[in-house]
Amino acid sequence: MEFAELIKTPRVDGVILHRPFMPTVEGTLCLTGHHLILSSRQDNAEELWLLHSNIDSIEKRFVGSLGSIIVKCKDLRVIQLDIPGMEECFNIASSVEALSTLDILSLMYPFFYRPMFEVIEDGWNSFLPEDAFKDLETMTDEWRLSDVNKDCTVCPSYPPLVAVPKDVDDDTLRKVATFRHSGRFPVLSYYHKKNGMVMMRAGQPLTGTNGRRCKEDEKLINATLRPGKRGYIIDTRTINLAQQAKARGGGFESEANYPQWRRIHKAIERSNILQESLIKLVEACNDQSHSMDRWLSKLEASNWQTHVKEILTTACLAAQCIDREGASVLVHGTEGTDSTLQVTSLAQIILDPACRTIRGFQGLVEREWLQAGHPFHHRCAQSAFSNSKPRQEAPVFLLFLDCVWQILRQFPCSFEFSESFLVLVFDHAYASQFGTFLGNSTAERAKLSLPEKTVSLWSWVNRPQELERLTNPLYEANSLVIWPSVAPQSLLLWEGVFLRWNRSSKCLDEAYEEMVHIIEYNKELQNKVNSLRRQLAQLETEDPLLQTLE
Amino acid sequence: MEHIRLPKVENVRLLDRVSPRRSRVGTLYLTATHTIFVENEAGVRNETWVLHSLVCSVEKQAATASGCSLLVRCKNFQVLHFVVPRERECHDVHLSLQRLSQPERCEELYCFSYKPNVDEAERRQEWDFLDLKADYSRMGLPNSLWKFSPVNQHYKVSDTYPADLFVPQSATPPVIVGSSKFRSRGRFPTLSYYSKENHAAICRSSQPLSGFSARCLEDEQMLEAILRSNPRSDFMYVVDTRPKLNAIANRAAGKGYENEDNYSNIKFQFIGIENIHVMRNSQQKMLEVCELRSPSMSDFLEGLESSGWLKHIKAVLDAGIFIAKAVAEEGVSVLVHCSDGWDRTAQVCSVASVLLDPHYRTLRGLMVHKQPVFVFLSHRVELCNHLVGDPKEVSPAIDQFLESVWQLMEQFPCAFEFNARFLITIHSHVYSCQYGNFIGNNQRERVELRLRERTHSLWSYLWKNQTDYINPLYRPDHSQTQGLLRPSTAPYCFKSWRGLYNRFDPGMHPRQSVEDYLSAIQEETQQLEEQLASHKQVEKGYKRINSKFLLKKTQSTCSCYRGCTILSSSCLESGIADVSCRSPLSEDSTRDPDSDEAAYSAA
Repeated sequence: MEFAELIKTPRVDGVILHRPFMPTVEGTLCLTGHHLILSSRQDNAEELWLLHSNIDSIEKRFVGSLGSIIVKCKDLRVIQLDIPGMEECFNIASSVEALSTLDILSLMYPFFYRPMFEVIEDGWNSFLPEDAFKDLETMTDEWRLSDVNKDCTVCPSYPPLVAVPKDVDDDTLRKVATFRHSGRFPVLSYYHKKNGMVMMRAGQPLTGTNGRRCKEDEKLINATLRPGKRGYIIDTRTINLAQQAKARGGGFESEANYPQWRRIHKAIERSNILQESLIKLVEACNDQSHSMDRWLSKLEASNWQTHVKEILTTACLAAQCIDREGASVLVHGTEGTDSTLQVTSLAQIILDPACRTIRGFQGLVEREWLQAGHPFHHRCAQSAFSNSKPRQEAPVFLLFLDCVWQILRQFPCSFEFSESFLVLVFDHAYASQFGTFLGNSTAERAKLSLPEKTVSLWSWVNRPQELERLTNPLYEANSLVIWPSVAPQSLLLWEGVFLRWNRSSKCLDEAYEEMVHIIEYNKELQNKVNSLRRQLAQLETEDPLLQTLE
Repeated sequence: MEHIRLPKVENVRLLDRVSPRRSRVGTLYLTATHTIFVENEAGVRNETWVLHSLVCSVEKQAATASGCSLLVRCKNFQVLHFVVPRERECHDVHLSLQRLSQPERCEELYCFSYKPNVDEAERRQEWDFLDLKADYSRMGLPNSLWKFSPVNQHYKVSDTYPADLFVPQSATPPVIVGSSKFRSRGRFPTLSYYSKENHAAICRSSQPLSGFSARCLEDEQMLEAILRSNPRSDFMYVVDTRPKLNAIANRAAGKGYENEDNYSNIKFQFIGIENIHVMRNSQQKMLEVCELRSPSMSDFLEGLESSGWLKHIKAVLDAGIFIAKAVAEEGVSVLVHCSDGWDRTAQVCSVASVLLDPHYRTLRGLMVHKQPVFVFLSHRVELCNHLVGDPKEVSPAIDQFLESVWQLMEQFPCAFEFNARFLITIHSHVYSCQYGNFIGNNQRERVELRLRERTHSLWSYLWKNQTDYINPLYRPDHSQTQGLLRPSTAPYCFKSWRGLYNRFDPGMHPRQSVEDYLSAIQEETQQLEEQLASHKQVEKGYKRINSKFLLKKTQSTCSCYRGCTILSSSCLESGIADVSCRSPLSEDSTRDPDSDEAAYSAA
């Protein structure tokens, strides 16, 4: 297929761009296969480049012969383009609509994007399971890397290599896979070096209404327990939901069959409820009524903050079982690809200082989200402005990022990255020139040859100039476990994402610069003082007078 | 002393507000000024001191097997939950505290017995620290437009006004006196803020006694005089900060608001800020929400909304912005009043001044400002309930002013020289009665109480400890520091101020403070600058003359600078120390599996 077929009008002159808190720009609008471009054709003026895949929805408005299209983006930006001429406006609108809803992965921009920068390290190879396992091997020999899933048939959403208890062989794994939702047998998610406790994740057990059991499954998870120790199973669903799942062949681990495990049910919401919540929240943020009551009631009704609190609470619980109770933990919900990953990844942010570095965080996103089979393509197909009925869209990953931001706010000196890194990851998960977040699983990514045909987001991030921009100037490595507060007063609205385009950030940006300035100046002085001291010391030793004195 | 029925109770438990199972056992002491709880734990000497004057209510609950609960609520939003083993003791403590926390005579107030280690000369100097006249001359007053008026010298015209007032040059004493007779409690229009740049001014007064049709020539002349003192403008605003309905209701009582037809060239404007009764209830509700034990997000947000608190803060800020813009952008003078002109008017005028003038965003400036606004122009400080009085007269006006400033600080992080701690400390001392600054309702009372001779001043205390109160991001030459602040008042710009209302719940606050970190860095930078200077000197010395003297100096100034880590270990540890507070694996969640099992077997 040719993009040209979809582009009815490639170019319109005299288009006016309106953006909140920015001066209007008049210029020429161009449509290409992947971008909407507005350029004033003046050397110093800013150009707008918008990926079609970033467009969530568009609306047309006509006043006389002047048409406007309102473009609502997945990064929550809303812009307006005034287009002279009815026909042009119609053509642009329908072209953009067609281009932004193309659902053919191989036509996505990452396949066409050629990097304009030098790749220092190929991000596709930076976080391979075998490398992560090498780190694990330095800490324990109780685990092995199994290639039972090497052709992705045992579990289509798992990567070819997964870490499992050493004493459990591949045949057992195959049997366990038939007992777990989508074949997601329990695998290692995190090893807590401090006390050797582990966190595993899986899909729900398929006990069904007649209480099916699977000896191999019991054997597998019991293999992770120390003699005489109990473990915790954290089911991210309420007990009612878990009970209901039995009717559909799912279920949960019964006490009788898993006597060494205590099961705790939490209430993290499922995907369509989260999507609705996001839509409501963004609508509240864009409400122009200026009424305090209305804002607070809409904020409350969106339930977004409730979800943040629930997810963080569950993650704290998992972390607490491991660090405080000295117990191993198994986390699952239904599929084990959404709420489960929120919990396991956040627990690692809390427990593991390495995950709070820029590189460590990339590794965490790779391990616990991309390789763990979070269906990014499905979940991030639409964001808050979508008019169509949500199918599999859900801001599961955005909620995770929001929770990380909450912890970052509470421990502003313990993260190597700044808020802008989290915002960047959010933007790229929804629309990007990089291939990292395309596809739903490692298997799909391999089929599309993403590592060969596209550039990884991490290749771009892991260059000195980007790293510098994303680094938190306040960072001081903190090797401790950090326990966030989940009181409502402690959880704030993530303004950097939800109000990013609704307010002027000038004063806050200036404050940030001032902060950077204070720290840089201090470093500069430290260097000066140290080098002067060295010079003085040298003078001292060279000084003949001193020697004679002594 | 005669009020203390029981000076000491042993085996008292102090419950943790968040997880009541965590409690501390210790001894409770009642002294003339404080309640002191000393923890029994061997080795540590953990003490909780609560000033009696900060206690706002003491509630005794029914006795249970474990003892009798005593709930002590403070005006700084601390809540202490004691469990006293025997009911008799609890009863005695309850009665004693009730009496001690509500002194009946002024002489009982803490400020008259508070004696820090300061000699008399120094104490007197404390009071000279702030010179209000200096603030007026900073504004360029008196000048050809505004003059100092001795008309209220002996508080004869208005007993709630201070003696020193500024009025328009053309206002003669008969006009002033005539106008004062037409205003509630004699509070005639007087100057609050004057802009040197464009001569626009903010004045304040109480409501006119206009009823349905009454008018007063002198009052009309008074407003005319104010208008004339702003030569470049041909009209002025009269802002009534009350909701229109309230103002109309006042007309039936012979009060009311200015009729545009009777006054030449005024534009009249209502700004609906609710009265103190509405505000007090709103704050009460908001505090109840903040006090909820492990509320859900919905409980919290719903409660916050139904309290209406943030809506009122927004209204105060909106009003301040209206006035500030009139002055700075239109160059038009504004007369502000409400009913008596001491709650809403004081609040709104102060907010407008803070928005207008960078000086009031400095440490010294805000102190100068609060003093006249809230005390000299008689914000009724018994409002703060120092003495036994009518609880209906308690008003959170000062809280709202401080919170408005805090909301501004959140939007303009570099524009204020002081930090939130400064506001919170002022808040505490407005209610603590430790210093003489906030005692009495008006200047006359304050003079009669001889506060200057008998008490200490908060402002010099704050000034002496200013390093604690400096905002590290403040820079006087910064662009956002200059001129008029133009804040956004979109509802999402307002936040709940947990720093004040949940001050005593340390678990809720960020465990690492960016501000403290930056302050520490700045302090270190200062030391480095000094070291650098002295090193350079030494280096120069080396290069010129290699004398023994200079060598010695190097050794002493070089006294080893190690790249210091600023986060102290204790700060980091707090990371772990306090899961307690809000972490989910409390008794509740460990109990979960059991209850689930029960549900399971039932099913």
